[in-house]
Amino acid sequence: MAVAEKEKRVFRIEIDPRLCKACVICVDFCPTDVLTIDGATAAVKNLAACNGCQLCDNRCPDFAIQVFEE
Amino acid sequence: MSTPAEEVKAIAKKKKKVPFDYSPYIRGGKLPHIWCPGCGHGIVLKSLLRAVHASGLNQDDVAMVSGIGCSSRTPGYVDFNTLHTLHGRALTFATGLKLANPRLKVLVITGDGDALAIGGNHFIHACRRNLDLTILVYNNNIYGMTSGQSSPTTPQGKISTTGRHGSVDPVFDTCKLAQAAGATFVARGTAYHFQELEKIIFDAFMHKGTSVVDILDACPTYYGRFNKYASATDMMEQIEKDGTVSVKQAEKLSPEELQDKLLRGILHKAERPEYLEEYNKLVTSLQTKK
Ligand SMILES: Cc1ncc(C[n+]2csc(CCOP(=O)(O)OP(=O)(O)O)c2C)c(N)n1
Ligand code: SF4
Repeated sequence: MAVAEKEKRVFRIEIDPRLCKACVICVDFCPTDVLTIDGATAAVKNLAACNGCQLCDNRCPDFAIQVFEE
Repeated sequence: MSTPAEEVKAIAKKKKKVPFDYSPYIRGGKLPHIWCPGCGHGIVLKSLLRAVHASGLNQDDVAMVSGIGCSSRTPGYVDFNTLHTLHGRALTFATGLKLANPRLKVLVITGDGDALAIGGNHFIHACRRNLDLTILVYNNNIYGMTSGQSSPTTPQGKISTTGRHGSVDPVFDTCKLAQAAGATFVARGTAYHFQELEKIIFDAFMHKGTSVVDILDACPTYYGRFNKYASATDMMEQIEKDGTVSVKQAEKLSPEELQDKLLRGILHKAERPEYLEEYNKLVTSLQTKK
């Protein structure tokens, strides 16, 4: 019998462009390189790599980013 | 068929991850805040709000008092009873407020300049009295708001607006000063160790008596730029991660390894009569005196 495939967890990242100041903290602290800076705000470049650790949210000084599990 | 215990486990496993909701604690329409990109004050504020949430305190029972400075802008953003006072005088207002309304949980938000320079006298005397106040010093080693002058915690040799060739003045250690002056709960946390900071602030709330938390923070705009840190992240890692060790880690390290490191965690906790209780005892004894 095939070993059951590990359930893939899916996350959603919300960034509020009105609050984000593009300080780069979220980009630097993300352990799986999910985020980038696009113009004047942070942006998601590789959502599939997100492991839901929420380090970006916890270290965002601007209340601008949140990670939800789908 | 699965047992009830297995079912509970399965439900817990399925529980979706949701971020902490700060919105009940933030005044509508007040964000974005004025702090610069990468300023640590926002990270500290978030740990503080999670600690208030964990404590179960009712927002109407909390009063937040501050002096002047970037850190002292904090009360403007939060939905508690708030008071933004004069430079260095947060503790005098907080003392009056607590004495007038002891039901309130009074939090004092102050900067290293506000607390230890202009407010230094008030700081030591607040610690001496042991009134039930929680004092959070956002310590970014500089005067942020007035563009980077030296503060009493600017390390020797570091550059500031008033020390272009490196600060010469010896520094105050907020924690040692607070303990020597009589504070009964003294701790240090950092903006980098955000979870640890939340727990420390929670413990400070729970303590009856004056609690002081020195919070290592980062001002990338002035301290960071003058002292050639590459970014806000670089500052946080060098000052807060590499520059500190937890009280627990420190037990395993030699005095040489501990040199130049600041300790994190609860550094001092003592039982001493709380000021209001002593004051009330005196009032009662005078009232019942024949
Ligand atoms: C009586 C008085 N003197 C000086 C000032 C100018 N002033 C405003 S903020 C500040 C320094 C604040 O530094 P700190 O407490 O370290 O807070 P930060 O801005 O770094 O968060 C000074 C000197 C003032 N507002 N009032
Ligand atoms: S000047 Fe410094 S302390 Fe003030 S908001 Fe900017 S980064 Fe923060």
